[in-house]
Amino acid sequence: MSDPAPRKWEHRLRITLWVLIVPPTSWAAHFLFSYLWAAISCAKTGHFATMPWLFIGGTVLALAVIALAGWVAWHQSRTPGDPPPHQESTRIDRLRFLATATLLLAALSTVGVIFTALPVVFLRECT
Amino acid sequence: MSLHDQDDPALRCAQEERLRAVWAAPKGIFLKWTDCNNDAVGAWYVLTGFVFMLFAGVLGLLMRAQLAVPENDLIGPATFNQLFTLHGSMMMFLFAVPMFEAVSIILLPQLLGARDLPFPRLSAFGYWSFLLGGVFVGGSILFNAAPDGGWFMYPPLTTRTDLSGIGADIWMLGLSFIEVSSIAAAVELIVGVLKCRPPGMRLNLMPLYAWYILVVAVMILFAFPPLIAGDVLFEMERLLNWPFFDATRGGDPLLWQHLFWIFGHPEVYIVFLPSIALFAMLVPTFARRHLLGYPWIVLAAVGTAFLSFGLWVHHMFTTGLPKISLGFFSAASEAVTIPTAVQIFVFIATLWAGRVNWSTPLLYATGSLGVFVIGGLTGVMVAVAPFDWQAHDTYFVVAHLHYVLIGGTLLPLFAGLYYYWPLITGKKLSDRLGRLAFWILFAGVNLCFFPMHLSGLMGMPRRVFTYPEELGLGDLNMASTAGAFLFAAGVAVICLDMCLSPRRPLANRNPWNAGTLEWLAHPQDEHWGIRSIPLIESRYPIWDQPDFMRKVDEGRYFLPDAEEGRRETIVTSVIDARPLAVIRLGTPAWVPMLTAFALGSVFILTTYHLYGLALIGSVLTLACVVWWLWTGTAEIPEKPFKPIGHGLELPLYISGRSAPGWWAMFITMMADATAFSGLVFGYYFFWTRHETFPPMALADGPGWFWPMVALLAGGVSWLLTLAARSANSRGATGAMALLLTGAMLAALGSGAAGLAGPWLSGLNPEAHSYPAIVWTLTLWTVAHAGLAVIMQAYVLARGLAGRMTARHDADIRNVTLFMHFFVLSVVVTYATIGLFPEVS
Repeated sequence: MSDPAPRKWEHRLRITLWVLIVPPTSWAAHFLFSYLWAAISCAKTGHFATMPWLFIGGTVLALAVIALAGWVAWHQSRTPGDPPPHQESTRIDRLRFLATATLLLAALSTVGVIFTALPVVFLRECT
Repeated sequence: MSLHDQDDPALRCAQEERLRAVWAAPKGIFLKWTDCNNDAVGAWYVLTGFVFMLFAGVLGLLMRAQLAVPENDLIGPATFNQLFTLHGSMMMFLFAVPMFEAVSIILLPQLLGARDLPFPRLSAFGYWSFLLGGVFVGGSILFNAAPDGGWFMYPPLTTRTDLSGIGADIWMLGLSFIEVSSIAAAVELIVGVLKCRPPGMRLNLMPLYAWYILVVAVMILFAFPPLIAGDVLFEMERLLNWPFFDATRGGDPLLWQHLFWIFGHPEVYIVFLPSIALFAMLVPTFARRHLLGYPWIVLAAVGTAFLSFGLWVHHMFTTGLPKISLGFFSAASEAVTIPTAVQIFVFIATLWAGRVNWSTPLLYATGSLGVFVIGGLTGVMVAVAPFDWQAHDTYFVVAHLHYVLIGGTLLPLFAGLYYYWPLITGKKLSDRLGRLAFWILFAGVNLCFFPMHLSGLMGMPRRVFTYPEELGLGDLNMASTAGAFLFAAGVAVICLDMCLSPRRPLANRNPWNAGTLEWLAHPQDEHWGIRSIPLIESRYPIWDQPDFMRKVDEGRYFLPDAEEGRRETIVTSVIDARPLAVIRLGTPAWVPMLTAFALGSVFILTTYHLYGLALIGSVLTLACVVWWLWTGTAEIPEKPFKPIGHGLELPLYISGRSAPGWWAMFITMMADATAFSGLVFGYYFFWTRHETFPPMALADGPGWFWPMVALLAGGVSWLLTLAARSANSRGATGAMALLLTGAMLAALGSGAAGLAGPWLSGLNPEAHSYPAIVWTLTLWTVAHAGLAVIMQAYVLARGLAGRMTARHDADIRNVTLFMHFFVLSVVVTYATIGLFPEVS
């Protein structure tokens, strides 16, 4: 197993599988938050738009976390190495593959969060 | 041993003899059922699932026969209700999910170049649970006792014992039992993918099938437990009259619908993704090139898995939930089309870029994609809430779900059947019969289900045993019935093809010229899995690594021998697949089967209200589990290290985070915690449903004092276990014994104090949903305190018996992990029931 990892990238190569699921987990947290926010205020007060700033804040936070994960992944994917398809048994290719997958998931999660937020733009009532 | 030793044919022959002896299947009419090797258990599993599919298919045909003409009297309404309930339940619980597990148990070790999955006996346990539970649930229709409330069993129809009979209990308890086996399989598959890959197979080289299986097994961990939580509440209501779903006593039937569909929608993707995973294996083979867009497939699998948990309410669009909630779920339902489409485009692109060999498996694969896409498009339609309000509970939905499930699960499995049959039997199926069957199936599925779109839009409701002639739906229904029988004829041709297979000659090894590891398998039926565990440098090693097959066969890679006469495989690290250890695998034994039957007896006897006998069954189950663990796990090896070739020496014992057992405990406890969160969801759901909570008349229970005592005692038990672990690692056995004894006493105290809260305040669980959910949360946590005591006692006994030492400490590390989850549930439960009423 030849593994020509330059020393200066060494710190980047120590990663875990958990980073892959940061963007979709942010989507899931935002989704759950949106659902609970709407369901609880509808059930308890009968109308949902009592705290739109809470919702907007939650949405911005989720997008920020996804953007951050995407930014890190984008930098990781630019670690010097072979071009795609990242199919060598080296730590660099493994890193660049995981980074690409994380970047793609960040894109999907961004779309997901925006989709989730849209109903609040158009709907103003519980029933 | 050096590389050159393997040049000696006599040595290779001796190694093969030893491997063959170690991996030999047990012989004899009775003994052969003790086998736990993946090739045997996987084959039984597949066959059983296939038989259940045929059985459920016949139920479907009976329904279509009844609906062929208006006002038919072939089958009465009561039987019809049982038919559609059992058809759906069996296809989902006894065919689609177990079939994915079965196929994975066969394929995964081959794909990963492992001798077997890390817990072969757990696979056997899962199989016997599945068989027993499946026969119990499926057989009920022969006694006119099958469940009849629809495959989703909505209360209050199903919880009121005057409206539905024993069938509802059979569904709940029988299928809960099968869910246990699904979670067992999920544990096995996740640990298999993460820890048993061959050296060098980093995450970026993993076969896509393994990626999909990893994702799906993780989905099972989060999808099935909410249903188990729902089952617990459901049976509490049916057997003990605790009113969780009874609106007259503060319950809410919608809680069941939430818990069911939190399971039910991911379930669709749980059965879809593994079938698509088969495409990811066969498309590159027949396109004769690497799959394009490998990270895109990972995106699709992971993205679908996450999004699928945000879709459940789209089954509940007509229940009167706030429109804004419907909006969120509608949005997520539209978003999930993105990753689903990505994988389809990846397959199309790969075929486009390759030199396609139009084989029979590929015909099934492309045909099923066509069928699936139609189902996907109607899915986009019903994801729009206003459209769904019109189409809900009509045959339009029946058409949609059958296009999705047949195109997304059944036909891909047939593709996999034609593709992998030579791997299992050494013989190819007939191309002529296969293509004939495909076209019959393809015509049948469209003739059966396409007219249902129309009959549904014209007003044909689901789950009715007949319809009046004036509706004008006779012709469409007749077409559907003809299509159903045509489809059945296609399945019959496939069955015939399989029956003729033993008469055909052996195929070549790797008959499709595939590039992935599973095709190293010998047609001549060697049980050892793989001759030597290779070093992987490519996604398609058979294509890309020179002389790969020969080197594997001549034992030139790792672990080519079984000197100590033990079944072994290599454990590697999660990300980079660096070799970490050699583990000894379970051998054939009765204990998995006995455990499955003992556990099954608990569920089955409870169904018939034989609680005394069920209690005996529980004690027997516990005894079996302890016997299994004591004799078969965390064995201290005869030497610390073992050479595996190429100058590598690996330890024979590992514990903590690098060990498969630790991962298995972690994964099991994730499932356990998810089920627990389903119950906690129930508590807060009731809070949103009541003006004041707890309801005023019941506001004085359980108080904050006893819950806080229970919380503290649980915390003390956790801390003492942690201290016992560090005492053990210092070699202080006496201190460890003392600390563990203290931990047991604290856990017992926590359980007693937990019960004291609702008991002393006189909360009556039959009176209202509030005391019922408080009691349920308490009992769940007290039961875990009981488990903690048993585990601590077990560890203590292991330490005193010398089976656990300072270095060989897997037992206490795994129990500590359990205690982390235990303390979490203690804090959540007692803070919820003790403190939340104070602040709400």
